[in-house]
Amino acid sequence: MTAPIPSTELIEPEETKGTGRRPVGRISRAEKRAIAAKGRLASPWGSAAAIIIALLWTIPSIGLLVTSFRPPLDIRRSGWWTTFSDPQLTLDNYDEVLFGGADLASFFVNSIVITLPAVVIPISVALLAAYAFAWIDFKGRNMLFVAVFALQIVPIQITLIPLLSQYVDWGINGTFWTVWLSHSMFALPLAIFLLHNFMKDIPASLVEAARVDGAGHVKIFFQVLLPLLVPAIASFAIFQFLWVWNDLLVGLTFANQDSRPLTVAVADLAGTRGNAWHLLTAGAFVSMVVPLVVFLLLQRYFVRGLLAGSVKG
Amino acid sequence: MTRSTITRTRPRRRALAVAASGASLALVLAACGGGDDGGDGGGGDGDASAAEIDCAPYEEFGDIDGTEVHVYTSIVDPEGATMQASFEPFTECTGVDVDYEASREFEAQLLVRIQAGNLPDVAFLPQPGLLRTIVEDTGTVVPAPDAVAANVDEFFDPALKEYGTVDGTFYAAPMDANVKSYVWYSPTAFADAGYEVPQTWTELMDLTEQMASDIGGPPWCAGVESGDATGWPGTDWVEDMMLRTAGPDVYDQWVDHEIPFNDPQVVAAFDAAGEVLKNPDYVNAGLGGVDSIATTPWTDAGFGLLDGSCYLHRAANFYQTQFPEGTDVSEDGDVFAFYLPTDQTDIKPVEIGGTFAAAFDDRPEVQAFQTYISSADWANAKALATPNGGWVNANKQLDPENLATDFDKLSAEILGDPASVTRFDASDLMPGEVGSGTFWTAIVNWLTGSSTQEVVDQVEDSWPTS
Repeated sequence: MTAPIPSTELIEPEETKGTGRRPVGRISRAEKRAIAAKGRLASPWGSAAAIIIALLWTIPSIGLLVTSFRPPLDIRRSGWWTTFSDPQLTLDNYDEVLFGGADLASFFVNSIVITLPAVVIPISVALLAAYAFAWIDFKGRNMLFVAVFALQIVPIQITLIPLLSQYVDWGINGTFWTVWLSHSMFALPLAIFLLHNFMKDIPASLVEAARVDGAGHVKIFFQVLLPLLVPAIASFAIFQFLWVWNDLLVGLTFANQDSRPLTVAVADLAGTRGNAWHLLTAGAFVSMVVPLVVFLLLQRYFVRGLLAGSVKG
Repeated sequence: MTRSTITRTRPRRRALAVAASGASLALVLAACGGGDDGGDGGGGDGDASAAEIDCAPYEEFGDIDGTEVHVYTSIVDPEGATMQASFEPFTECTGVDVDYEASREFEAQLLVRIQAGNLPDVAFLPQPGLLRTIVEDTGTVVPAPDAVAANVDEFFDPALKEYGTVDGTFYAAPMDANVKSYVWYSPTAFADAGYEVPQTWTELMDLTEQMASDIGGPPWCAGVESGDATGWPGTDWVEDMMLRTAGPDVYDQWVDHEIPFNDPQVVAAFDAAGEVLKNPDYVNAGLGGVDSIATTPWTDAGFGLLDGSCYLHRAANFYQTQFPEGTDVSEDGDVFAFYLPTDQTDIKPVEIGGTFAAAFDDRPEVQAFQTYISSADWANAKALATPNGGWVNANKQLDPENLATDFDKLSAEILGDPASVTRFDASDLMPGEVGSGTFWTAIVNWLTGSSTQEVVDQVEDSWPTS
């Protein structure tokens, strides 16, 4: 889902510079194209379609939100849209999931404890690996790089049982380490690939100049490359954060009773025989709060970070 | 130019970033400690009404004070809390901590854990078929100790011990028992309309016909939707009918595949269930036509009893917990259930379900725990720890007075009735491909238009050959 986006140079600086002062009323071909594209995108039909799609996309979430405030019996007996004709809202569901028997509040902490290292570990390792793949010449570099990226193809489902038995052998089963390590392993191939591409896009002259000035690998990495990579790191961190926060499979398989994340706890909210499924909507919203805040606060990085690597230079 | 400005402003930002990550690390560490503490504390929420028990039976296991038994089960909260409370007397006696872990994904996760070598000490298996699979495929279950066998011989029906036995070795003691042969109804609605609780299947059919003509619509409500297990409530219907039309002996042959799944007697049982389930005059009250049974969640199908849109709903005793809080479940209340009657005069077939406790380790504290949950002390402690009801056990020494509700007492009475012939839910005993696969889909196909012969032929074809 995060393949590098081909460069789209709408404005060609050389052309405008080359012509010097441009006669008024004449616009370059690139600008024409940009204006045409803007016109196509800004057409009323395009806007209407975008708004309709956005609305359709949001309806299920709105339904979920409305449902989470309805009394249990109403949830079970009628659709959420009936609320508008007969509004009966309550906070009971939230009270029950947060402070009742389910005690989601403590699993919330677990999710944070799981997510932060599961984001920091793969990014730290991937940065170093990506640097080596991009700027250190060694034998078999390309083969190794292809091999690492090829790991991306391995479905994580087939690794679950061998990994778990390995953790049991190592005696770290039942700790947070199993979850941190698993998430890191599953994230690394893509992280290395993405960060490698960003690093590769940084002009070689920049690195060479630093080398001529006497900088070693460490200095180049920290003082030349890292500052330029911040948008890329930020965008991958956001994605990794969302994946880990919303993950159910890894948490279910590797976490034990005390280290299970919010998603696993929410999945158990419905009760042994599904007799409390009306709590699921409230539980879902509790677990959605953090990703939603992260998304809203950092949404510009989603696109900017991914584009940053491709148009640099 | 631009580049150098960028590099010059960086260090300050980086210092900030380092400070931020340091802070988050501290947060992580603090949270780690907190998480562990919380886990231990949450293990055993005490219940004031915990029963006093005799500690003598656990002395033979030696000094096990301070040890721990890890239990893995599908029974999550709120039922999980009452389960934990029922272990309190054991912990008080022996000093053994019961580390209780529950997951709704238990059945899949247990197999994963067994394969990975991450075994719990004790698992509560909801199906005898699962016990058989684990014993035969992995051999990780340890046979039950003598003390458990003695308890089961003393307190339970021999048929139940048989379900915890694989190839002659006794592994797992029965824990709870669900009575599935129930029809839920509204006593107030019955009283208003002057209906009587039917005593035979024929009476039930007569009553249904009378209701259908009185109200001018279908009296029964049903639903078999249950996520990826859709269809199972329908299998209970067929199994109950199988016990009533063909009898318990043929039922056993059917389960063991000594008669084929498309035997005429099985077809007859399907058709007996179809008298209600596939008759558009009798179903699906307040919910739609016959088709709607397949798409109605089983958890909600019986709610029509509360508002009078439905008169009869066949569901197990645990359907009690589905009704919203404040529903009066009693013989003259909002809802109650009667035994699904039969035309057989000599026996009362009862279809049951239940959990079995299998152990994966033979440490003394694990054996002591197994002994405790097969005892009458536990059955009574569990009854006392379940103030809202919805739990029964087939233990003969279970004092009905300890059960919380009239309805649970009725279930205990049915289980204890000498005329009752209990048989375990067939789909839980059949091989997994059928019992939790093609039998379920057969029900869905059958309810959405396929003929009985078509679906039983399909199930027969899917029966594993080995």
